[in-house]
Amino acid sequence: MLASDLSILLPEIILAVFAMLGLITAVYTSKDGLAPVLVWLTVAVFVGVAAMIGLSGGPTQSAFGGMFIDDGFSRFAKVVILLSAAAILLVGQEFMVRDDLMRFEYPMLITLAAVGMMVMVSAGDLMTLYMGLELQSLSLYVVAALRRDSARSTEAGLKYFVLGALSSGLLLYGASLTYGFAGTTLFSGIFEAAEGGASLGLVFGLVFMIAGLAFKVSAAPFHMWTPDVYEGSPTPVTAFFATAPKVAAMGLFARLAHDAFGGVVGDWQQIVALLAVFSMFLGAIAAIGQTDIKRLMAYSSITHMGFALMGLAAGDEQGVSAMLIYMAIYVTMNIGTFAFILSMTRDGRHVTNISALNGLSSREPVKALALLVLMFSLAGVPPLVGFFGKYAVLVAAVNAGLNWLAILGVIASVIGAFYYIRIVYFMYFGEEREPLDPSGNRLAMVGLMTAAAIMLLGVFNLFGIDDLAMAAAATLVN
Amino acid sequence: METILLFAPLVGAIICGFSWRLIGEQAACVVSTGLLFLSMALSWIVFFAFDGETYTRDLFTWIASGSLDTSWQVRIDRLTATMLIVITSVSALVHLYSFGYMAHDEHFREGESYRPRFFAYLSFFTFAMLMLVTADNLLQLFFGWEGVGVASYLLIGFYFRKPTAGAAAIKAFVVNRVGDFAFLLGIFALFKLTDSINFDVILAMGPELAEMTISFLGYELNAANTIGMLLFFGAMGKSAQLFLHTWLPDAMEGPTPVSALIHAATMVTAGVFLVIRMSPVLEYAPYATNFIVIIGAATAFFAATVGLVQNDIKRVIAYSTCSQLGYMFVAAGVGVYSVALFHLFTHAFFKAMLFLGAGSVIHAMHHEQDMRNYGGLRKKIPLTFAAMLIGTLAITGVGIPLTYIGFAGFLSKDAVIESAFAFGGGLGLYAFWALVIAACFTSFYSWRLMYLTFFGTPRGDRHAHDHAHESPMTMLIPLGALALGAVFSGMIWYNSFFGSVDQVGRFFGVEYAEEGEVGAEEAHAEEAGDPVIEGAAAEEAGDYAGEDAGGYGEAHYVFTGAPGDGAIHIAPDNNVLNDAHAVSTWVKLAPFIAMLIGFGTATLFYIVNPSLPRRLAETNRPAYLFLLNKWYFDEIYNWLFVIPAGWLGRLFWRRGDGNIIDGGINGLAMGIIPWFTRMAGRAQSGYLFHYAFAMVLGIALLITIATLSFGG
Repeated sequence: MLASDLSILLPEIILAVFAMLGLITAVYTSKDGLAPVLVWLTVAVFVGVAAMIGLSGGPTQSAFGGMFIDDGFSRFAKVVILLSAAAILLVGQEFMVRDDLMRFEYPMLITLAAVGMMVMVSAGDLMTLYMGLELQSLSLYVVAALRRDSARSTEAGLKYFVLGALSSGLLLYGASLTYGFAGTTLFSGIFEAAEGGASLGLVFGLVFMIAGLAFKVSAAPFHMWTPDVYEGSPTPVTAFFATAPKVAAMGLFARLAHDAFGGVVGDWQQIVALLAVFSMFLGAIAAIGQTDIKRLMAYSSITHMGFALMGLAAGDEQGVSAMLIYMAIYVTMNIGTFAFILSMTRDGRHVTNISALNGLSSREPVKALALLVLMFSLAGVPPLVGFFGKYAVLVAAVNAGLNWLAILGVIASVIGAFYYIRIVYFMYFGEEREPLDPSGNRLAMVGLMTAAAIMLLGVFNLFGIDDLAMAAAATLVN
Repeated sequence: METILLFAPLVGAIICGFSWRLIGEQAACVVSTGLLFLSMALSWIVFFAFDGETYTRDLFTWIASGSLDTSWQVRIDRLTATMLIVITSVSALVHLYSFGYMAHDEHFREGESYRPRFFAYLSFFTFAMLMLVTADNLLQLFFGWEGVGVASYLLIGFYFRKPTAGAAAIKAFVVNRVGDFAFLLGIFALFKLTDSINFDVILAMGPELAEMTISFLGYELNAANTIGMLLFFGAMGKSAQLFLHTWLPDAMEGPTPVSALIHAATMVTAGVFLVIRMSPVLEYAPYATNFIVIIGAATAFFAATVGLVQNDIKRVIAYSTCSQLGYMFVAAGVGVYSVALFHLFTHAFFKAMLFLGAGSVIHAMHHEQDMRNYGGLRKKIPLTFAAMLIGTLAITGVGIPLTYIGFAGFLSKDAVIESAFAFGGGLGLYAFWALVIAACFTSFYSWRLMYLTFFGTPRGDRHAHDHAHESPMTMLIPLGALALGAVFSGMIWYNSFFGSVDQVGRFFGVEYAEEGEVGAEEAHAEEAGDPVIEGAAAEEAGDYAGEDAGGYGEAHYVFTGAPGDGAIHIAPDNNVLNDAHAVSTWVKLAPFIAMLIGFGTATLFYIVNPSLPRRLAETNRPAYLFLLNKWYFDEIYNWLFVIPAGWLGRLFWRRGDGNIIDGGINGLAMGIIPWFTRMAGRAQSGYLFHYAFAMVLGIALLITIATLSFGG
């Protein structure tokens, strides 16, 4: 019994063992000197494990009495998480070396965070949920403060930690309420307890847990940490924050909503829709005032999380698949954009001011064009792939009868288009004052160009991601 | 053959319009003209080879959606065949004429290329017009209808540097929209009731439509009458009938060949064509046809009165056109569609000729159009004078009374007037007298034009008179060709259009029978139990058989074709054609006498005593001004429609768009959103406790909402 349980957990075990082995090896050998090798090794392991998960297929399995679920949904999320984490490690590598941040703990912490995320999306029990969440969070708190000698980086780490602790408290409170009223921590058990209408206590528990998760996906009004942490953390870490953990938290959100509370969609639909509206509008409006591109991307991610929540708010299979499509596209766009941000240097120093982009098009037309494609895609301009992500969630919302939500989403996306287009404006029509250095960050350039190419080429069939997301959503919603 | 005929002008337009840079200006114009002559030759072949049997050529499916199944089809019947020769002949001659007329134009700068554009427009117009007349369904007809409208718009505004030309083009377009709207409603109504817009279906449904009703705003309207009225409103716009006529005189801003082709011979007759085409429906819509008679007669009279005092040579002819279109509608309205087509046919020749002649005069006088600056041109441009003289004789209706010898206009116009009288009743008498008086006026203004232009002493700019010269051969040949039509077209085809029932029936491919036989047939139909209209028809037919013994013709025939068979449909009880031949002699003489009066008065006014018109105008100043200002139609419309529309437009523009939309968006984008942005920036204070507080507020909000919506 135990052996079969463990075999289901094999990917997570591989990663955990790899992380510990890596740590021990590095400590007893050349320490940070080993870091670049470890990064490449981690990337290789991530890709290998992703392939292993992606190709495994098979029916839904559960381990440890239903506490851990391995189904199409979790596999889809895990592949996205691992591949995006690998991509971020790659595009950030040169940056870390240049800024003397290449510590051997970095890839290992990312690996542990990845393990946490994988546990999150496979959670079938409140315990598993919390364990995955905390494993992920604790790793992230540390990497946020990776630049120990920088006040900003440590401030970011601390803020994230304190507020994260608060949100964990909210989540735990909700979990204990749920346990109290359902009599079980198993999602399937909660589902049965909520059958035929949840009690007020259960609803309270749900709301607190949603608040805790909303913090993780940085949905308004639990988003306040995001801009500060994004700005203060080293840029590769910011890039990581913006991608894999968001997918994991969204996956967990969907899992909790459908596996545990799928029978009482009406009780959480309004709340999730409200979070979506807040996030979309706050992200779109607050981003307008930003001058730092990392802060801007923080607000951009808040808006995008709002859209992803819109898919979730639909409360049906189509909504979940739209959310998954949206997240996959969002992650790709963000990897490309952060690859560009990583390459922004002037006189060898990293700059993140938007005005530094002035006149980029005349100096580096290909790079500017790639960023233009990404910005238009982020804004949701057809026919780029970003548009199809928005389209999918809007259709899901309309089909679920949430017309008002879809209309508000369109309005928010119009407002949000302003700051994406402003970046394009700076690049093409801005007056160049102090030019950026010509980019020497080759891996980042590859990331930027690949992401831009995907935005253009994906319009034909989205690389089949929509079918996969549909199949994944089908295993979750029942 | 029909396909080549139809598409040759389109090919010409495309080659001429888009590839003249490749093949050269002159070559482009020659290509389009050559293709039109080809089209003309084929048209005449089709016309003479046509045996009265309607046939269609299917080109390809256009729209197949639900029960709407529409194809591009060429329908050839007598009506179409007649229109084909009118359109292609006049168009080919106008193309040729334009080589001379458009050779040098001061409206364009030196070295500017405008001729290929002009020829391309002309060819495109011809294609659209051919589409219109060969249509086998209302949609294709409407396509051609709008196509000629576009071409007309482009050609009226051809001198685009001239503000009046631009304004005239817009006016033509907008006024036509009014009619087109009604036309569209008519098409919709037909589709709703018959579930088809193909002629073979809807034309056969005429009697059924008369039984149906359309309910609109609680009123039950007779379907046939309503549809007839709506379609006629469309025709009024295109054919410049009273109330929607105001664009036609202004359309004279276009180059003169355009006026000849579009605004005299072809496009403006599209309305008449439509009414004739819809004859199987209109035969069962008595109110609609009465309305057509009223409007047609009123237009004929009104336009003739205005024509009396105009000074611009082209405007005189324009009002004359308007007036003659009124004649055609009267003929159609009283139910002798063949006569309407007859007048359309002859009118095309002599009116195109008058326009081209006027163009020749204008060309000779260096684009001077005011007749008060002409005079004594007879000697300077003798060939043009001869052509204009033939045209004038034709339009005024000169011929030998009580015979069939005369100029084209004599035969066709008298046919219209006799038909109007034969229609009988108050309406018939009203139309008859309106048309006779209009004929008198027509004669007066036509001769006034001749006298002012070609007789008397030269007036106006000396220089222009000194350099007045005969036009080149490219302009004179079309005049000669049209002169043939103006002289002979009436005499040759008189019997075909306005002969006895059997002659007309044979020509149009409509069944006919001797009256006795009809009675028998009708009785048979009655037995079959399908009776109401036809029973009455049989009775009337019987009456006429008694009354009219010894009238026109030996055997008495009546039309017996079913609706939709043949080119036109005349109901069995419609005896106007027979009666028209039987009218008293004084009726037949009336138009001729009116013509003589007009001629005499004009001679008195402009040859014998040239000071008379001025004195008359001064003593009757209000009446003179009333006519000179075209009954103040433009002023009334300006006050009634244009100014309120402008006012409304400005309201929407300044207040609606400028203040509300722009102001709202600007206020939102530059005021409210940035305010929120500042607020969001301030909330992001950087203090942990603020952030934690926001989270607590958020959870409180969510809990409240969850509680409030719980169980509800």
